[in-house]
Order: sequence, then structure tokens, then C-alpha cells
Amino acid sequence: MSLGLFESILFATIVAGTPLMLVALGELVTEKSGMLNLGAEGLMSIGAVAAFAASYTFESTVLGILAAMVAAMLLSMVFAFITINLMANQVATGLAVAIFGVGLSAFLGKPFEAKVLQAVPGYALPLLSEIPLLGPALFKQQWLVYVSWITLAAVAWFLGKTRAGLALKAVGESPQSAHAVGLPVIRIRYLAVMFGGAMAGLGGAFISLFHTPMWNEGMIAGKGWIALALVVFSTWRPWRVMLGAYLFGGVMISQLFFQSSSVQVEIPSQFLSALPYLATIVVLVLISSNAKMIRLNSPASLGKPFLKENS
Amino acid sequence: MNKRRSMLCAGLAAVVTGVLLHSPAVQANGPAKIGFVYVSPIGDAGWTYQHDLGRKEMMKNLGDKVETTFVESVPEGADAERVIREMAASGHDLIFATSFGYMNYVERVAKQFPNVRFMHATGYKSGPNFRNYNARFYEGRYLTGVIAGEMSKSNILGYVAAFPIPEVLQGINAFAMGARSVNPNAQVRVIWVNSWYDPGKEREAAQALIAQGADVITHHTDSTAVVQAAQDQGVYAVAYHSDMSKYGKDAHLTATTHHWGPYYTEVVEKMLNKEGMGESIWGGFKEGFVELAPINPVVPKPVQDKVAELKEKIAKGEFHPFTGPILDQDGKEIVPAGKTLTDEELSKMNFYVQGVNSKLPR
Repeated sequence: MSLGLFESILFATIVAGTPLMLVALGELVTEKSGMLNLGAEGLMSIGAVAAFAASYTFESTVLGILAAMVAAMLLSMVFAFITINLMANQVATGLAVAIFGVGLSAFLGKPFEAKVLQAVPGYALPLLSEIPLLGPALFKQQWLVYVSWITLAAVAWFLGKTRAGLALKAVGESPQSAHAVGLPVIRIRYLAVMFGGAMAGLGGAFISLFHTPMWNEGMIAGKGWIALALVVFSTWRPWRVMLGAYLFGGVMISQLFFQSSSVQVEIPSQFLSALPYLATIVVLVLISSNAKMIRLNSPASLGKPFLKENS
Repeated sequence: MNKRRSMLCAGLAAVVTGVLLHSPAVQANGPAKIGFVYVSPIGDAGWTYQHDLGRKEMMKNLGDKVETTFVESVPEGADAERVIREMAASGHDLIFATSFGYMNYVERVAKQFPNVRFMHATGYKSGPNFRNYNARFYEGRYLTGVIAGEMSKSNILGYVAAFPIPEVLQGINAFAMGARSVNPNAQVRVIWVNSWYDPGKEREAAQALIAQGADVITHHTDSTAVVQAAQDQGVYAVAYHSDMSKYGKDAHLTATTHHWGPYYTEVVEKMLNKEGMGESIWGGFKEGFVELAPINPVVPKPVQDKVAELKEKIAKGEFHPFTGPILDQDGKEIVPAGKTLTDEELSKMNFYVQGVNSKLPR
């Protein structure tokens, strides 16, 4: 494999992994608070269409991104209201959000289907992009890729090192105890869900503005579900989200490259397309066979509603 | 409509099945109901868009004699059968199912609704009330291959393809043969994305091909992503289904397009006149099913003239793209010189010709 080819694969892997990582980081924070929002596919679709619409109308990528985050956040607040205030089943509500979001985005996006946007150019980081081999692949990306790295570091720091992060995890482990020590459980869960929504919107915006600069119904094409799988795959640890995102992205990309190169690989491409889900199942099996690991990472109250005792 | 309602009121309701609902008397009243089943969203370009243009043209031609409904994004699985059956049961007189994967479902539903006419695109099965229709896309593919072969400097042509079915293989092989007819060093590399419609993956595949040196890329998928990727990366693209020049004005060399309006009109008129369904049909340049989009002026005049000349020969039946000698990937002769692949053989194509430098998934 030539050098240029390796760089191309790495470059494309980062691009393919970025939306997964953004969305999965948001979902990770949401799940750490004990909320299971399965609506990522719908939230991403809404984000993608809002980003495209705003960016096209106002000719501003930044406004497009903001619109995506706000729109997806609003939809995630609907989820939060139904599950937190009305205490509906989180799984069912999340699935409803996924279906609703995909449908609504198709409806809202109709007028924008024919439109074309200029792709956001890559931005070469000075010095770093000069590194041989890795430099051009890692540091000549579009700027939202760099933002995804900063977000990753911020989420990891927030969950691992801050008081607020600890509070969030406490709510996710045992909302009753958190409530007893005076933590605002409902507010924290709302914020966590909203953060997850905004990140899903950002992931959608990456797809409709940076990756394939267009809007078309169904363009998220299952990436929201992969992102959800990714959170489990990472066993709720931020850095492993990055690992998983690039792994999943890498699998998707390298199978494309293998097909068109003279290297003959005997693995059917259908199998490779299914690999992210298979990997998630394997990880699920592995962590369920190791009770200690589950207890350590999986939020104990995940998916369970919080009933405030009479206070 | 009223008649049907009175029928229902007459107490038949309890035993009314779809078959009874669809009595010929219904046809005589109100407009004929025509249903369309689409595999992807209509969008602004692509396979389904072209079929929807055909539907609209047919409606314009026949005015208030017809009434159409359509269902978008129907997956090629059990859902398709449900949608088709529901259309048949809800009083549609004629149903166009516009994707290959619907074939077996159409066959099954057609047996249950003998009074409804079923038209299935790009398949090979038929029945008493069930015909298939298809276009000779490969005629256009061959010509775009000629253009791509002339325009390529790297001699590597990229092809983003959906599923390895005969129709897609015909396109790939015709493209490769067209390219090699003018540029014997040209090779075609294929990436299968296992989806008719996944803009992200189509773009990634296009980028993978470009990274491997392809400087003219084409696609057999539904979105405009490949043309856009070519535009962004400064290579040429040959579009498919629709003229996609507005998605890449420098990249877009031409497109193989298909047009169904006149044919849909004919099929519906036959039904309105209570004529037979006629034969299944496979139309090309001659019938106007297939066309080339306007060729980008960067293509030199002599090449454009050559393409125009070939196109006329194909339309007149003087030239068939799949004329021997045809060699397979290993250089073995499959079709001897002077012989032409029959339609039967074409519809079962399961090989790559020489010059396609990828492995065919099995």
C-alpha cells in the first residue's frame, strides 16, 4: 500500500468517525445521568436539516451549526419532558423521537432538497500538518473535526475531574441518594439530555455541511444507531468513544478502499457493513460476563424514571 | 366511487376482499387509479425522480382520465408486498413498481388480484396481468465510457455501484468496453456500497476511488453525492439517472438519463382503451427510454461527434455495445467476434469484462 493511500484511508477514517464521535459523546453524557435517549437518529436528522437550511439561507456555516444544535436540543427537550416530567418509558419515547425526527426532517427539508452548498474547506494546522505520514491525514481536516477533539477532552475532563461531573454521575447511579443529598436531579437530567441533543445536532450538521454538503431525506442512513451502539461499545468511557468511532469509521472506509484496490480481500462487504453492530454485541457479551466492569461503568439507574419522594 | 360505496352498503362488506372491491364497473366511472411504488425519496435527481417525472408527464397527457398515487422510500423487502397489496386492494387499476427488488412481491400480489394490471421495472418475470419493462441503460453507459476513456489521463476510471445484479453489471461492463474502445489502457475500478441510496457512503466511495487515482468517476446509485465529490476534488464525473450538472458544473461530463413519460402514457392508455397489456419491453435510445445529458464543452468536438455517431448507430440497430470479441477479466473469450449477447444472456450477466480491475462479489 502506498503512502498516499494510507494517508487517504486515515483521513477518510477520521472524517467518517467524527459525526459518530460527536453524537456518541453527547449520548454518553445523557446516559451517565441515567437517561437513555434512543432518539439519536432523529435528532441527527433534525440537526442535519436545520444546519443545511440555516446555512443555505444565511450563508453562514456557524449559524447553520448553531441552528442544528438548537433544533436538536429542542427536540431532545420534548423527550426530556415526556420521560422526566410525565415519566413515560424512556426506550419507547426515544424510539418515537428517532422515528419522528427522521420524518419531520424529511418534511421540513423538502424545499432544500435541490440546493447545493460549497463544501467547508480543510484547515491545515500550522506545524502539526507538516508531520510526515500522520500530519496531512490528521491535521488538514475541516475545523469541526478539531472541535470534536476539544469536545472529547472537555467531556472527559468534565466527567472525571469536576464536581459537576461527579454530581451528574451520582444522579445516574442513584437519583434517590443524589436527591437526598440535595442535588437537583431533574435539572441535571434535563441538562444532560439537552447536551446530548445539541451534540446529536452537531453530528447531523457535520454530515449535511461538512461531509456531504447537501440535504436529502434519509441521509443520516443509520449513523445515529451506530453512535448509540458506540456508547455501549465504549463502556461509557469518553476516550474509548474516540477509539470506537475511528474503529467503526475505519472499518467502513477501509472496506471501500479494499474493494477498489488491487488487494483482494475475501470478506464480503455486507459483513463489514454489519461489523459495528456485531462488535457492539461482542462488547455487550464481554461486559455482561464481567459483573465488576458493568458495575463500574454502566450507570446503575440507566433508563429508570426518577420518582421524587414526597418532600 | 359512489358505485363502490353502494356495493359496500349492499351488504357485501363482510365478504369484500380486494378482488371484489376492484370490479370493472368501478373503472367505467371516475378516473382510473394508478399507483406508483418508489424505492427512495423522489428528491431532485436520481432513479425515483425520473420515474416521478414520467408519472407527471403521463398525468399531463391523460388529464382527468387518471388519478395517481405514489409511495416513496419503500424498502425492497416484505414492506413492499404490503404496500403493493394495499394499493391493489384500495381500488388501483394499474400499479407501477419501480425497483428490481419488488419483483417477487409483485408476482405474488399479481396472482391475488387478477383484475389489476402490474408493471414491474427492471425485472425479468411476468404473468397474465403482470409485465416488466426496462431500459437499455448500457447503451448510454457505453457512450459515457467512450467519453470517460477519452478524458482520463490516469487511465483509471472509478465506478460507485449499489448491488451486483445483472443490470448494474451491464452498466459497468458497457462503460469499461466503451472506455477501452478508445483507450485500451483504461481500467475500471468498482466499489460496491450495498445501498441504492446512501449519500455519505457514496461520497466516501467516490473519495476512495479518487485517492486511488481515478480521474473520471461514475455511479450506479441514487444520489448526487458522487458528482459533488468529483466537483470538490477537481476530477470529472459521469452522472446517472438525471442531468446532475448543477451539482458539479465543471466535473459533470454528461449523464446517462432515462425517460418514462411516453411509455407510462402508452401503458395507461392501453388500459383505458381496454386493450391487452402487450409484451414486456426493453427500450433504449431507439424508444427514447435512454438519453445522454448535454455533454460538457470540455469534451473535445471530435469526441462529441463520435459519440453522436455511435448513438445514432445504436438507435438504428447497426451497433450493439455487447458485440464480440468480449473477454472476461482473465482474458478468456466469452463472446466470439461478430456475435452479440442476446437479451436473455444480458439479463443474466454475472461477470466482469476485461478492464474491470476489481473483484466481483459473489
